[in-house]
Amino acid sequence: MKIPILYNLRSLRARPTSTLATAFGMALVVAVFIGMMALSVGFQAALVKTGSTDNVLVLRRGADSEMTSGISRDVANAIAAYPFVARDAAGQPLVSPETFVVVGMQRRTGGMANVVIRGVSLAAFDVRSGIRITEGRAFRPGSGEIIIGRTLVERLPNTEIGASLQFGGRQWEVVGHFEAGGSSFESEVWGENELFMPVFRGQVFQTIALRMQDPEAFDGVAETLEADPRLGVDAHLERDFYANQGTLLGGLLRFMAVFVAGVMAIGAVFGAINTMYSAVDSRANEIGVLLTLGFKPRSVLASFVVESMMIALVGGLIGCLMALPINGLVTSTTNWNSFSEVAFAFRVTPGLLAAGMSFALIMGLIGGYFPARRAARKPIVEALREVGS
Amino acid sequence: MALIEIRNLTKRYQTEAELISVLEDVDLDIEAGEYLSLMGPSGSGKSTLLNLLAGLDKPDAGTITIDGSEITSLKTNQLADWRASHVGFVFQFYNLLPVLTAYQNVELPLLLTNLSKGERRERVEVALNVVSLSDRMGHYPRQLSGGQEQRVGIARAIVSDPAMILADEPTGDLDAASAEEIMNLIERLNSEFKKTVLMVTHDRQAAERAHRMMYLEKGVLHQ
Amino acid sequence: MKHARLVWKNLTRNKRRTILTSLSVAVALFLFAALQSVLTALAASTEVGSESRLITRNATGITFPLPESYTQRLRGVEGVGSVSWANWFGATYIDSRNFFAQFAVDAESYFPMYPEIAIEPAQLEAFMADRSATIVGRGLMEKYGWSLGQTLVLQGTIFPGDWEFVIRGVYEPDNPSFGDETMYFHYDYLYENSGRRATPGWFILELSNPTAATEIAQRIDDDFENSTAPTQTETEKAFQAGFVTMWGNVAFLVRAVGTAVFFAILFVAANTMMMSSRERVGEVAVLKTLGYKDGLLGVLVASEALAISVTGGVIGLAAAAVLLRNNPAVSSILPGYAVLPSTIVQGIVIAIALGLISGFLPARQAARLSVVHALRKVA
Repeated sequence: MKIPILYNLRSLRARPTSTLATAFGMALVVAVFIGMMALSVGFQAALVKTGSTDNVLVLRRGADSEMTSGISRDVANAIAAYPFVARDAAGQPLVSPETFVVVGMQRRTGGMANVVIRGVSLAAFDVRSGIRITEGRAFRPGSGEIIIGRTLVERLPNTEIGASLQFGGRQWEVVGHFEAGGSSFESEVWGENELFMPVFRGQVFQTIALRMQDPEAFDGVAETLEADPRLGVDAHLERDFYANQGTLLGGLLRFMAVFVAGVMAIGAVFGAINTMYSAVDSRANEIGVLLTLGFKPRSVLASFVVESMMIALVGGLIGCLMALPINGLVTSTTNWNSFSEVAFAFRVTPGLLAAGMSFALIMGLIGGYFPARRAARKPIVEALREVGS
Repeated sequence: MALIEIRNLTKRYQTEAELISVLEDVDLDIEAGEYLSLMGPSGSGKSTLLNLLAGLDKPDAGTITIDGSEITSLKTNQLADWRASHVGFVFQFYNLLPVLTAYQNVELPLLLTNLSKGERRERVEVALNVVSLSDRMGHYPRQLSGGQEQRVGIARAIVSDPAMILADEPTGDLDAASAEEIMNLIERLNSEFKKTVLMVTHDRQAAERAHRMMYLEKGVLHQ
Repeated sequence: MKHARLVWKNLTRNKRRTILTSLSVAVALFLFAALQSVLTALAASTEVGSESRLITRNATGITFPLPESYTQRLRGVEGVGSVSWANWFGATYIDSRNFFAQFAVDAESYFPMYPEIAIEPAQLEAFMADRSATIVGRGLMEKYGWSLGQTLVLQGTIFPGDWEFVIRGVYEPDNPSFGDETMYFHYDYLYENSGRRATPGWFILELSNPTAATEIAQRIDDDFENSTAPTQTETEKAFQAGFVTMWGNVAFLVRAVGTAVFFAILFVAANTMMMSSRERVGEVAVLKTLGYKDGLLGVLVASEALAISVTGGVIGLAAAAVLLRNNPAVSSILPGYAVLPSTIVQGIVIAIALGLISGFLPARQAARLSVVHALRKVA
């Protein structure tokens, strides 16, 4: 571009209030956009992380969430006997039969949360990925002890080590806390499946999680399991299953982010248009001079569009800076698909920041275009006649 | 052949009440190296003639041929290119870009060329030297007096070495002393640097310093 | 008002700027109305719950069933008029994107308890006569284009298999927040076709003595405390309120976004007013020389800002009220979503605040302008 950018930079500096006011308007739009998208991204990330591609989740046929599934012991044993199930060092099948119920509990801050109580055997720590005890220890089989996921610890009362949590008509002693790589397991209470069964749903498991011998073999595994008439099950790739649990709510959050930010952007763009028109009008004679000197109208157009985009760039940067602090903030909501509480952290990813910047630049482009066109189309003689302000 | 040939030049303006003839069938030849002044009552179209010569405006009828090119038939972008290399314009109100320094203002026309940064620097310094403002090249227009601003304006007009200088009331906004300085400069541009100069002015004394004086009244040019 | 012309002239001097600024305010108020209505809809959904009906559910959790034998015991509790029960069916219609509530209810006792579910008597009769019948909300009928007599097939999730239902009736709720996208069918149908596995999900108790609600609830829970399935009983209103909290901190999110929107548009409006006033310094000076007082000029500027923002506010709120009414996508999640008069009033107040704040600095500037200073600049 022929007209030096310095000209635009200095011109912006010469009208600091207008420039900053317009930039701040855009900054807020970008911040809201990134913030709301970070909510959606964080939510879906928590779910995606929850599953691995090495594991298969077996549920009763037709069940769309772990809650509505029911699998008998016989079926569980039959599944564990299959050769495609990986084995641990001792030759035992890497299979985790689990019970899954959702129980209403009061949050520390008031209000109800549907908490997932998962009954597992010690095999779960090997089969499910990324489970790590952070404080205390795992529960001992037969003891009525439970461990609590990291994010749940802060949100429910009576979750400290040594405290007693009440549900299912009896008390359970908290002996440990665990983390699970940011996945939705961190919003769960884990205890022994054999002890939970008589309390809740009786002698059925809800989920059988198994590790595949050959991680690439999922299609074959699923086919075999689903075709076996003794079983009556559906097989899901663990990663895909949990990721899909987030589609309804995740989609809604994303839609809201785009809707709110999009509508806000209209307001901000109107502001930018006004600012740029004012700039063009007050610099009419400068434009006349540039055209007189031999700069082409399209150079003038480009120059003013760039100037508008420079305001947007500043706005975008400020907006990104405003949005960054929410990264990692934990919040929770009830996931509709599974009717259970999921805690997740806002995730401001580099991708989102880039999206925010692009959003800003587009606002600058649109806001600057019509005023820039007016600048370029000014009849030179008229422009020169106007006195600068 | 004259450098500038103006034939049947006509320009009219339509107001609410009537059709005003600003230029009516004007013929004029200007040789290379001439120094012309143009006087006339307010609103008599002196500036219009200058604008037409610079290709800033289009006539209603007639042609202008400069150095063989018929500029009245050129399109906007072509005119822009032509202007950049053939015309140096000096304004009554200087029209410097307030956000650029004197140096940067003078450099502006050169940004339209392919010269390197170093080559541009050479020419800018020469131009500022000619107008005796080398010591102020880093100043902004608001830090300069009226006379100094106009000198920057003149430096800008000559920096790309155009054959023709068009000056529209160059001393109109200046006090007597500064006006004198500017007039001397313009004379130098013509006598020393052989520029063809066409100057529009109110000031009789300034006008008399030209080689040829002309009057424009009611659209008709008197020589 | 005699100065109205001056204000009007100033507003129309640069029409594009005035209109764009006004539309920016409109945008902000539109968003405000949309977001605030989420909160009002959530609040309204708790109002739907009656205080003369109690809900008894399994104390362990809503997803745990209760024995049918409890019916008799509950009927015997003093202060309880009638007892009904229901279960959540949770099946899929075609695919998981079509989500709506399905309740298996003991129709004989249920519908009399819920006068807010208005059904044409003939349709109700047809429903009672047919075991596999279903009554669906008007909203569902319109959304999916169903007709009376049509057979629906749903894929059960909790109760697996393909389930057929015949639409015998349509209901309309007398309170839109109740929602018109629910499907009701016979509990007995569920019981028999699930291999007799189904049990009540929760009981609804109509109280003959609503003032004693809390005591009766406590008494019931004490009674069942040591049974196989201990109960938790509360008024339907409290029960609904509990569901709302499951959403999480929506109120906070809405307010945060709303604040950001307000400030973003405040910048836009304030910027406009500043730009306008910069350009009119000369005129203000001239008016002062004519004898216009400082205070009056300040008021004129403020009036201008108010005019722009209130006009914009009204446009935005009106657009929201019209566009957001009966939005099918939203009403399935938030039944009764609508822009309430209270929201509109709040919106106008916000628009006025926006106008006053954005006009404040320019108004002060105009009032304090030094005439000599200003005229020198202009000349």
